[in-house]
Amino acid sequence: MDTDRPRLRTASRRVTPALAWTAAAGLPLAFLGLFFAYPVLALTWRGLVVDGGLDLTGVADVLTAPRTWRLLGLTLAQGALGSLLAVLLGVPGAYVLYRCRFPGRALVRAFVTVPFVLPTVVVGVAFRTLLVEGGPLGFLGLDGTFAAIVAALVFFNYPLVVRTVGGMWERLDPRPEQAARSLGAPPWRAFVTVTLPALAPAIASAAAVVFLFCATAFGIVLVLGGLRFGTIETEIWVQTTQFLDLRAAAVLSVVQLVVIAGALWLSARLRARRERALHLRTDPAAAQPLRLVRRGRTGRLRPGGDAVAAAVTAVVVLGLLAGPLLTLLVRSFRTPDGWGLDHYRSLTTTGGPNTLTVSVWEATVNSLRIAVDATVLAVVVGTLLALVLSRRPRRPAARRAIGALDSFVMLPLGVSAVTVGFGFLIAFDAGWLDLRTSPLIVPVAQAVVAVPLVVRTVLPVLRAIDPRLREAAAMLGAGPGRVLRTVDGPFLVRGLGLAVGFAFAVSLGEFGATSFLARPESPTLPVVIFRLIGRPGADNYGMALAASVVLALLTATVMSLAERARGDRTGEW
Amino acid sequence: MTTYDTAPPARRRGPLRVTAGLAVAMLGLGACSTIGTGDAATDDATVLDVVTHDSFTLSDGLLADFEEETGYEIRQVAPGDAGALVNQLVLTKDAPLGDVVYGIDNAFAARAVDEGVLDDYVSPDAAPGGTFAGALTAVDRGDVCINVDHEWFAAAGLPEPVTLEDLTDPRYADLLVVTNPATSSPGLSFLLATVGAFGEDGWVDYWAALRDNGVRVVPSWSDAYYVDFSGSEGAGPRPLVLSYASSPAAEVTDDGPAPTGALLDTCFRQTEYAGVLAGADNVAGAQAFVDFLLSTPVQEDIPGQMYMYPVLEGAAVPPGWAEHAPLAPAPHEVAPEVISAHRDTWIETWTQTVLG
Repeated sequence: MDTDRPRLRTASRRVTPALAWTAAAGLPLAFLGLFFAYPVLALTWRGLVVDGGLDLTGVADVLTAPRTWRLLGLTLAQGALGSLLAVLLGVPGAYVLYRCRFPGRALVRAFVTVPFVLPTVVVGVAFRTLLVEGGPLGFLGLDGTFAAIVAALVFFNYPLVVRTVGGMWERLDPRPEQAARSLGAPPWRAFVTVTLPALAPAIASAAAVVFLFCATAFGIVLVLGGLRFGTIETEIWVQTTQFLDLRAAAVLSVVQLVVIAGALWLSARLRARRERALHLRTDPAAAQPLRLVRRGRTGRLRPGGDAVAAAVTAVVVLGLLAGPLLTLLVRSFRTPDGWGLDHYRSLTTTGGPNTLTVSVWEATVNSLRIAVDATVLAVVVGTLLALVLSRRPRRPAARRAIGALDSFVMLPLGVSAVTVGFGFLIAFDAGWLDLRTSPLIVPVAQAVVAVPLVVRTVLPVLRAIDPRLREAAAMLGAGPGRVLRTVDGPFLVRGLGLAVGFAFAVSLGEFGATSFLARPESPTLPVVIFRLIGRPGADNYGMALAASVVLALLTATVMSLAERARGDRTGEW
Repeated sequence: MTTYDTAPPARRRGPLRVTAGLAVAMLGLGACSTIGTGDAATDDATVLDVVTHDSFTLSDGLLADFEEETGYEIRQVAPGDAGALVNQLVLTKDAPLGDVVYGIDNAFAARAVDEGVLDDYVSPDAAPGGTFAGALTAVDRGDVCINVDHEWFAAAGLPEPVTLEDLTDPRYADLLVVTNPATSSPGLSFLLATVGAFGEDGWVDYWAALRDNGVRVVPSWSDAYYVDFSGSEGAGPRPLVLSYASSPAAEVTDDGPAPTGALLDTCFRQTEYAGVLAGADNVAGAQAFVDFLLSTPVQEDIPGQMYMYPVLEGAAVPPGWAEHAPLAPAPHEVAPEVISAHRDTWIETWTQTVLG
């Protein structure tokens, strides 16, 4: 009898963590199930069910339309090109901004985050102002072209690649690369064989998110491409909000989901092969000075090792990013009678002849309060998911479950904001679920969008932790909670700063779902900007620009603070 | 060579302190979160849920006066522009978004009525002819017209166009920018103006001529007005833009004459209605609100707030409107039932004709 006791104890020891992990997975799954899957399915169901029966004639109609296939092609082309370019340009940016030291780095880091949250309606106007015939870049002939759309997508998503890859890069142990160098490998070779493979999961992670953002971009595609260049997403928006053709919208949503699921599956396969334990540091490695020039053997100055990366980054930051942003900034100071701060002063008002229900500052406060709720929700849900996803269980079934979960949590990025917004309205309409007038509905909708970003930011770091560390800790007698605290904890805390920053930024900038759900007496900053720019009059336009500058500064500040919380020991912040 | 590991150990805040700091910051911020600030007592009979399009606004105090007089507490919902508004009302008709709606226009009125979104009620104060199907009461009206940059035409020594036909004249080639009727409500209005002017058979040919004359189509009003139009902030390349008859009033500055004007022969008349929602919890309040929108203070507040004309003839409009923002004497019109029956096919035909 007594001999059974030790075995019993091991069993119970194994059961408790399993239970804990199930609970850790259950809470976020319940959240995403209730606030994402349910409303989306409810709306799709409405489109596919006619008079109580499933009506699939719409499927054939939509799938045989040449327009659908053209849009599908454009969607894929836009997603692929946008993410490829964002990665090609963003990786050198990550290197320059996170591994090199130069005067003004802190400012540039804050600056490159700004595009990520700017309202598309404002950026669209800024881009078109540059590109329109007779505009500063009108000679390029890009107005209304596919190239303009892709450029704008890179503009929006470059920050994401720089932050995600840079965050990983600065914590990579530099010694393997140094070893390769001291064994005689030239810098490019050391980079390709040592550093690049180590960064691959972070790059793949960023690329997957950027692909989803590009393939489902909607506002900027409408503004820059009209309906000639559309995506499945813009078509869903038109069919839902303009024609109320839920049947077509539902079929298109399913098509989009299939595309997104395919892309996710592909990226998960690519990632899985590359992901391995890395030597990470909890603190960022000290950055080295930027080497722009070196002295050649003859004593002449030659381009240094960082020259290419620095040049690429300079071109992107000064050209692609600064162009539209400076257009916004400069025009926000232009008044009917010259230059001045008039538009900023009127931010305390509700606009010339009362365009708004609240002043821009009040809307800013609303945005910040909503962002706090959305961030707390997204970070709690996202971190739990990342912890679950970072485990490598031995049983194949459990591994497959984790793989499926990994793709599922990304889906909110692949479903249109219109579907989520409209879905909320019809799904939460009665009984205890009547959330339509609840102040929580906006933060919840925004958190749904932010969760995948939190997961993709935290997860690469957690997965890079050598599982042997955890095993060793467990072997030495640490309980699962202790292992989590001492092994995963420090990395989690560092990764969390970035995740909080992203979640906050997403919430500050979200417009699609928010515009359907926000209450008029408590609009968010992007909603107010949209409203201002929808009115005639130079004053309203100027105020919209000034408000966008406020939004941009707010974002840059929040991202900087989030980075600072990670404890950058160079102490530049 | 720099070795990273010998970097001076700067004073570091431990992860724990960072976490603690973050937690404190979060709690502090949490104190000002939105949770708990909502009105808890929701289904109170004294609450009146008002659903509007996203351009609804009245001067401070007017809604408060209404609340004080009637004892109702107003809660607003504004889920989008006129089109999105009606579509959401249709989607949610089993569990309505509110008690009363304002902002359904004549392009979507018939859809709302046909879908059974509204209760039968029209205000006794309605303007003559200002009701629709016994369920909607007109509140305000305005014209969507081509706007012209006076200074551009003066500088070019070219007479300004007057009629819709003029816009297809080669002299005005590449000068006009309009918005897409599939994505913008003024765009839809202008499409309807051409249907009203050239009939259900003639409008397609007219648009083919406009296309051949270099009309530019952009998706949104702000895009057309601020980027492509030369007469406003944008200083764009085109001196003719689709906008509202009231837009020139917003461009007038203290010094000098109005820089822009509206071509009053190119207009479509928009009427905005209010009505009681079917299944409203607070029917009495909803009816009172419709009447309230037709009271003189609200009617006279509308031009300054929403750039629309009051629907009641006696209501005063701001000084300057007669000069800078007059209503079209004979706007183009299409009956709401006709619009409702054909809108989607017209937009499809328009897309094929103009965008290809």
